Amino acid sequence: MIRVLLPLPIVLPLLAAGFSVVFARYQRLQRLLSIATLVAVVVIAGILLHSADSDGAAVVQLGGWAAPVGISLVADRLSALLLVVSAAVLLSVLLYAVGQGVADGRRSRVAVFHPCYLVLAAGISMAFLTGDLFNLFVAFEVMLVASYVLITLDGGAEQIRAGMTYVVVSLLASVLFVTAIGLVYAATGTVNMADAAVRLEDAPDGVRLVLGLILLVVFGIKAAIFPLFSWLPDSYPTAPSPVTAVFAGLLTKVGVYAILRTQTLLFPDEQMISNVLLVIAILTMVVGILGALVQDDLKRLLSFTIVSHIGYMLFGLGLASGAGLAGAILYTVHHIVVQTTLFLVAGLIERREGTSSLARSGGLQHVAPLLAVLYLLPALSLAGIPPLSGFLAKLGLLQAGLDDGGGLALAAVAAAIATSLLTLYAVGRAWSAIFWGPVVEVVPDDNPSDRLVVGTARTPRLMAAAAAAVVAGGLAITVIAGPLYGLSARAADDLVTPDRYVQAVLP
Amino acid sequence: MTGNLTLALLIGVLYTVGTYLLLQRTLTRIVIGLGLLSHGANLLLLQAGGPPGLAPFTSKGNVGTAGVDTADPLPQAMVLTAIVITFGVTAFLLAMAYRSWVLTGDDEVQDDVEDTRVAKMRPEIAHHDVEDEL
Repeated sequence: MIRVLLPLPIVLPLLAAGFSVVFARYQRLQRLLSIATLVAVVVIAGILLHSADSDGAAVVQLGGWAAPVGISLVADRLSALLLVVSAAVLLSVLLYAVGQGVADGRRSRVAVFHPCYLVLAAGISMAFLTGDLFNLFVAFEVMLVASYVLITLDGGAEQIRAGMTYVVVSLLASVLFVTAIGLVYAATGTVNMADAAVRLEDAPDGVRLVLGLILLVVFGIKAAIFPLFSWLPDSYPTAPSPVTAVFAGLLTKVGVYAILRTQTLLFPDEQMISNVLLVIAILTMVVGILGALVQDDLKRLLSFTIVSHIGYMLFGLGLASGAGLAGAILYTVHHIVVQTTLFLVAGLIERREGTSSLARSGGLQHVAPLLAVLYLLPALSLAGIPPLSGFLAKLGLLQAGLDDGGGLALAAVAAAIATSLLTLYAVGRAWSAIFWGPVVEVVPDDNPSDRLVVGTARTPRLMAAAAAAVVAGGLAITVIAGPLYGLSARAADDLVTPDRYVQAVLP
Repeated sequence: MTGNLTLALLIGVLYTVGTYLLLQRTLTRIVIGLGLLSHGANLLLLQAGGPPGLAPFTSKGNVGTAGVDTADPLPQAMVLTAIVITFGVTAFLLAMAYRSWVLTGDDEVQDDVEDTRVAKMRPEIAHHDVEDEL
């Protein structure tokens, strides 16, 4: 049963994307198809998570070829957990986008949006489920090609300028990835991750170190770690807000997942890389948040907080302990939900105010009190105010850092606390600029012919409901924090004993 | 595993030239640079399969002796996939470069918005400093 379900999170969206192109003229059918597909993926991911947690990792060898030759799909606790969260987020953002599209009527050119969105979903699922390094490359490409189209959806000058940076940087990362795969194949003769993990144990130390660092750079570009992040705040804010929301929540986290998976499975106990990771974590947290402090545009400000908070996940990984990894996994789940919410709400604010500039907004709490609540909850959660999910995730990481007790770990703890306070300052500054003060005049839509309708008091119910649903999802993380941390700890336990993964794939 | 020195040197040259072109300001050069870089990476992946041998599945006699004097088919399959992917993305990149040319009238990479803003602020700061000194 599980073996049948395992490939479906990849196959279903791809099939639906094909049909979606066929039905390009029937927008209502397209919408129904996308929503039904993503609902199915959420359900399947839930079943996979339940099975992975109770019966251990599920493995399917595609095409019936045994592990080192064929391509393996693996759903262990980490993969399945991230799959559930990402599928739920993809569904909510889709509803938000549909709400926006329906409300704005026939002016929207959404025919290409639905197929690309489904291909993006398939790529993300594939990246989480694959157990093969080359297949991971293909998954990244599937995901990225869809994202190239989505980020340049309007084809305006601004989108092309930002999209160019994004595509060139991503393509360069892909070239590096092919290089890394070539070197791994030359060293081990395999691209199956479980098989490579066994064979790399016998490789010389220098070779292991070089391969580990090249893969770190490759995935570091996708995850936007210091100093490879400068493409992100430039390219994300120009896309339509649902697209930015899903990119912010998921694409960088796929990079983080790839770092977690490869470093723990292929290069365990590599003290050198762990130290490098801790230093990078500190720099990513601090530099990212300092960038956020000086921004005037809400979307750019939030983009810098993405970069900054990637540092927390690296911090957990750099500790190389079960507790650190558990904190990193919980933090990833929290951050996917909260960062997506913030971008969705930023979209609602921009729609209402006609601008996302802090200087030109004000007094929104008098006009739209519900919007103020929707912004405040995830913003405080991002900063780590108890009892919201950000506080719990940070608490896990800080405790793991203090338990470690090393000099670098303590420095990272200090940096994490400072970043947390500065995040509160950054989101608080945006809060006071947008919601407090006198009510300012709405900025008129500077480009009324494009897809994006701004400066209107008419907020579609579906958009607000989808944003509220993700906010509620963020609050739910607090409610189920105990079981969720337990699950993260079990997933982290799997990561620190890579033998289990190898045993599951190579019986 | 034995390598091929000529190919290794060629891969090095492709990476070097590709990186140089990628650092230029003209979009067409960047596209060509990325093409050369990906050729280099594909050749590297092909090299990782070891020296060329007989085609693995040509005659019945070869099947049982795979790995002895036959070529490794896996890197070849992977390189084919990588080539197709690069082809598609390069086509998209060219379309974007064309769109950029239509919109702006030249194919230079545009200045970064934030950098431009910072650069515009600089003379003001310098100006204030001068005033303070006076």
